[in-house]
Amino acid sequence: MQTVFQKPSVLTDAPMHYCPGCTHGIVHRLVAQALEELGVEGKAVGVASVGCSVMCYDYFSCDMVQAPHGRAQAVATGLKRARPENVIFTYQGDGDLAAIGTAETVHAATRGENITVIFINNAIYGMTGGQMAPTSLPGQVTQTTPYGRDTNTAGYPVKVCELLSTLDGVALAQRVTVNNVKNVNIARKAIKKAFQNQIEGKGYSIIEVLSTCPTNWGLSPTEALKWLEENMIPYYPLGVYKDVEGGVKK
Amino acid sequence: MKVLMKGNEALAEAAIRAGCRHFFGYPITPQTELAAYMSKRMPKIGGTYLQAESEIAAVNMVLGASAAGVRAMTSSSSPGVSLKGEGISYMAGSDLPALIINVQRGGPGLGGIQPSQADYWQATKATGHGDFQILVFAPSTVQEMVDLVSDAFDLADQYRMPAMILADGMLGQMMEPVTLPEEGGKAPIEKPWAACGHGGKREHNIVNSLYLTPDKLESLVKERFARYEIIKEKEQRAEEYLTDDADVVVVAYGASSRVAKGAVNKARELGLKAGLVRPITLWPFPADALNRAASHAKALLAVEMSMGQMVDDVKLAINCQKPVHFFGRTGGMIPTPAEVLEQIKGLV
Amino acid sequence: MARIIVDEKVCKGCGLCVHACPLKLIALCRDVLNPKGYHPARLMEPEKCVGCAACATMCPDTAITVEK
Repeated sequence: MQTVFQKPSVLTDAPMHYCPGCTHGIVHRLVAQALEELGVEGKAVGVASVGCSVMCYDYFSCDMVQAPHGRAQAVATGLKRARPENVIFTYQGDGDLAAIGTAETVHAATRGENITVIFINNAIYGMTGGQMAPTSLPGQVTQTTPYGRDTNTAGYPVKVCELLSTLDGVALAQRVTVNNVKNVNIARKAIKKAFQNQIEGKGYSIIEVLSTCPTNWGLSPTEALKWLEENMIPYYPLGVYKDVEGGVKK
Repeated sequence: MKVLMKGNEALAEAAIRAGCRHFFGYPITPQTELAAYMSKRMPKIGGTYLQAESEIAAVNMVLGASAAGVRAMTSSSSPGVSLKGEGISYMAGSDLPALIINVQRGGPGLGGIQPSQADYWQATKATGHGDFQILVFAPSTVQEMVDLVSDAFDLADQYRMPAMILADGMLGQMMEPVTLPEEGGKAPIEKPWAACGHGGKREHNIVNSLYLTPDKLESLVKERFARYEIIKEKEQRAEEYLTDDADVVVVAYGASSRVAKGAVNKARELGLKAGLVRPITLWPFPADALNRAASHAKALLAVEMSMGQMVDDVKLAINCQKPVHFFGRTGGMIPTPAEVLEQIKGLV
Repeated sequence: MARIIVDEKVCKGCGLCVHACPLKLIALCRDVLNPKGYHPARLMEPEKCVGCAACATMCPDTAITVEK
């Protein structure tokens, strides 16, 4: 018998701290697979952001830098400008990327920084215990929206791919999810393409991954997948929002 | 060969000659000429000039570039340096070298745009959250700004910590003749800790400031403070001017030390035994020089362009063995030699 | 002929593999606790496994190796 599926070499043996059923682990694997398949582990430097995924520096076997909250793309900019030959990626949650780091995100994107951004949208703050995120849905109950997100006072969710696709510096903006095998495979291809773009110098590529947070949503892992399908996908349609074939002209 | 240069531009050129090729900044008066100079020079020498979206982004770009193992810097003025505090704390916690320049202006808040020394506390005690120090250099001439830039980079690399040049609007804006160093003096030191891609040749490097195990975090902070003790012992710098027989020792740094030196000279002309200790490093604070001068002085006089921030360190340095007085102007006001002379007269 | 190998120490018993298996061959062992305190997943009918790797694809902890 041959091994047809195994842990990619770009993941370390450190057991991940994520809650059971949290889809961070799936996305970690997809990033690791992309780096492995493209043969760039030795050139890769990842930027861990503040939130549940901060400790991903222990899970990826490439060099890693931990950024202050929201600043991952500024840190990535510094890394890439210092060593353009390296493959730089950020791994950020919705609070990090779309709330405290909105300025860093928008400006890295509009500058067309040649980096790869992996954006986990699970509509909640996981690490701090389930508060409203910039991407929490209208009506969504969280620790800080106990009566449901009231758009009169808390406003509307930020649609990151839609927002960034208006910027000239963006080469690729695609929203995917990992709720089933088919979508994991689509996500896998998208993430690989986001790295391929960087290697080819095409410019800023962001993959938004709709993800689950079973613990803070108060659902079982499989119920969480169902909630994602029924609530998140309709609000955040999957698909390619921007794909500049030849890359961003500079 | 001497050239006439503006302080801000001299800082920039000195950084380039110290091997810095990565500048990340944001406009703010009175340091903007520094960024403008970098924007002109860096593209011509294959370097990076990047105007960030904020001071916060700029300092975190420095963090990234420094983590990659290159010399990187940012510059700003007081309100902007407040925003950089986050990144400076993270760099200190990640043992990253960097150069931050503060061309101080009056505060608090938006304050004013005239020269000030009201960020002494911020620079030496509270640049950001957590237990840490940064190296702080206080030049008093354009030439000294040039000289200290390369020293700041070297020591930041050697001790793996951020360094700050604490200048002010007067030094940044004034023009003086300077001798610039030749480029490529010292070979850069190896940075085996850098996150620059392991190439399959080593374990992965992690540049990080997060330690959730308290004893691990404590031991790392203690290791850093052990390093600080070595720095306090080896890296104090001060100018001691006419202090050998001084009854009144004026203590002043940066722009206010220029005024103080004028007042000391006037006092000597009048037969008054005045001297000056001019701290060149504010952290580590030059306690040795102060104790030497204080041992036979009757009184010390701290002169600052603030409401009195360094004065407490003077008292601590000499363990309150002699009376320490204070004279200062703030908000962009600059003390005059005549004002300082009056203070000296009152203490003789 | 195919099989899956579940690293039971790493498995968190989340059940996403159980949900993903098109042939419903995987179950959480309610009578087993791993060192982390979870009921690990097991292939209950090994002879029927076709090695499609759906379980491994959905496993957040990369605890499943598939052989074919």
